Amino acid sequence: MAAVRHVMEFERPIVELERQLEDLKRLDVSAQPELAEEIARLESEIEMLKDALYSALTPWERVQVARHPERPKTQDYVAALFSEVVELRGDRAYGDDEAMFAGFGTLDGVRCVVIGHRKGKNTAENIRRNFGSPHPEGFRKARRAMLLAEKFGLPVVSFLDTAGAYPGIEAEERGQAWAIAECLETLAGLRTPVVVVGIGEGGSGGALAIGFGDRLIMLENAYYSVISPEMASLILFKDPQHAAETASALRLTAADLVELGIADEVVQEPRGGAHRDPALVLAAVEAAVSRALRDLLGVPRDELVTRRQARLAAIGAAFVRE
Amino acid sequence: MPVSDWFRAREQRRYTVASPKTASADLPDGVWLKCAGCKHTVYRGDLEKNLNVCPHCGHHTELTAFERLLALADDGTFEETDATMTSTDPLRFTAAKPYAETLAAAREKTGLSEAVVTGRALVGGHPAVLGAMDFRFIGASMGSVVGEKVSRAFDRARDERRAVVFVTASGGARMQEGMISLMQMAKTAAAVRRFSDAGLPFVAVLGNPTYGGVTASFPVLADVILAEPGAMVGFAGPKLVEETTRQSLPKGFQTAESLVRHGFVDAVVPRTELAQTVARVLDYLCAQEVPEAAEGAACPVPRGEGS
Repeated sequence: MAAVRHVMEFERPIVELERQLEDLKRLDVSAQPELAEEIARLESEIEMLKDALYSALTPWERVQVARHPERPKTQDYVAALFSEVVELRGDRAYGDDEAMFAGFGTLDGVRCVVIGHRKGKNTAENIRRNFGSPHPEGFRKARRAMLLAEKFGLPVVSFLDTAGAYPGIEAEERGQAWAIAECLETLAGLRTPVVVVGIGEGGSGGALAIGFGDRLIMLENAYYSVISPEMASLILFKDPQHAAETASALRLTAADLVELGIADEVVQEPRGGAHRDPALVLAAVEAAVSRALRDLLGVPRDELVTRRQARLAAIGAAFVRE
Repeated sequence: MPVSDWFRAREQRRYTVASPKTASADLPDGVWLKCAGCKHTVYRGDLEKNLNVCPHCGHHTELTAFERLLALADDGTFEETDATMTSTDPLRFTAAKPYAETLAAAREKTGLSEAVVTGRALVGGHPAVLGAMDFRFIGASMGSVVGEKVSRAFDRARDERRAVVFVTASGGARMQEGMISLMQMAKTAAAVRRFSDAGLPFVAVLGNPTYGGVTASFPVLADVILAEPGAMVGFAGPKLVEETTRQSLPKGFQTAESLVRHGFVDAVVPRTELAQTVARVLDYLCAQEVPEAAEGAACPVPRGEGS
């Protein structure tokens, strides 16, 4: 298991116990035979606590896991799942947005177009990538990649990991809403398979712009939400302190999305989250994406689009009364 | 999207009933109003006749959905569709207060079943499907009902080969329906795509305010985008932008006028000229023989006098 540097608030009691355990282990056991017993007791207690804590994460705790800085990022998935990668840059209108990845890659022998929000793995990289929050040119680059996929008959694999589209002055002046809407319209009618994987944060319209298609695979602790729990708390309670409550009310977890008919499949994560064993998660996601691609590649293009549109049309339709 | 900001901004923009000191003592309450734009005292009847546009300074104050639709439709032609559709509160959402109570209060206050009104009408003689959003209803946020009514409006227009004219005003997606609301953005964009692929015209009118998941879905996919003078339109609200960037916002940020300058809106059209402008645009877009319209009458040129 990888050594984890970032500790989440809800893990603190366990980390504290682990620290005590380390202290005990440093003592001379041979001089105090009862110490070995104490260590064994503490170890099993910690294991029990971990099982209890991690097997029943609240939605708000899952949001924190989804935002964990050491969680595998889009670039990790691109490197691990795809071979012969060619990155595509620029929106052909304004610039290249490093918060969005676009490129070609081959997964299990299937040539694909790959897109995804790209957070950084450290502060310097995060600043360059604007913490994974795209400007309009990021969405326009993604749309360009979608259209390439359609033109050349390649399936699209999309990775979601953003707090949201960037709420900046220039982003607004360059048409953030327009760029997102154009992605939605393009995806809605794209005549090629689209497989979406929620790997971390699925923040509102900025996630949705590359976040729906023919399959939605969610990592167990990834979330996807119309609004961040903090912002919902600020609006509803005039105070950001109720985020745990709004996180539950918003029904934003992977399991919730399957129940609501929006997500198709959940990929389980190791105890404590994907960052505890990235290799395991990367392999599980590769298997899930590969299965989805093979299912979808056999479907005639017209039928694919008809099915996708019918599925979208059905979302919410069952919840209205006339 | 801080919807609460919009409620506050909207309060400030509304006409306030003038205090008894400035109004004649013998007139009934609320007959004289004070314009939030120029502070002039305006006779309510004059204001209403002028579609809530101040006769002194041209300030546009809000309209209800029905007022907007009736101002656009040819006289006596508007016929509402999906009038009784309501939400069943899919998430059983409760935070601060139950969503069911918020919905009931909005219905009570507005007399509407939901935040959007749609229907068939003629606009300048052209068969159209019209829609307008009503900001009084939970900030005209888009949940399952708004998404469904918008999608049906486009599908109906496609089936009946009508144009679509839609007036927006919204704080964004409705958070109380969670991901179902977010997905309405994709659902309505898909409906526009189906409609647009059939070669039919869509004219959007962006009203004050239009934000978040509503801006970033169906309205901006229109063939021609108009906006009302002074309307605030964007994705992220100005307060959030200011807080995130810690920069002061440029003058006129996110106003309809600045969107024209940046190339995202075709024209700012005063409300009093809106119906005429929309009709003129439809004259161009409905007159063409589109390949899909081989059979029957797709938005036919009106057979008027002498033809």
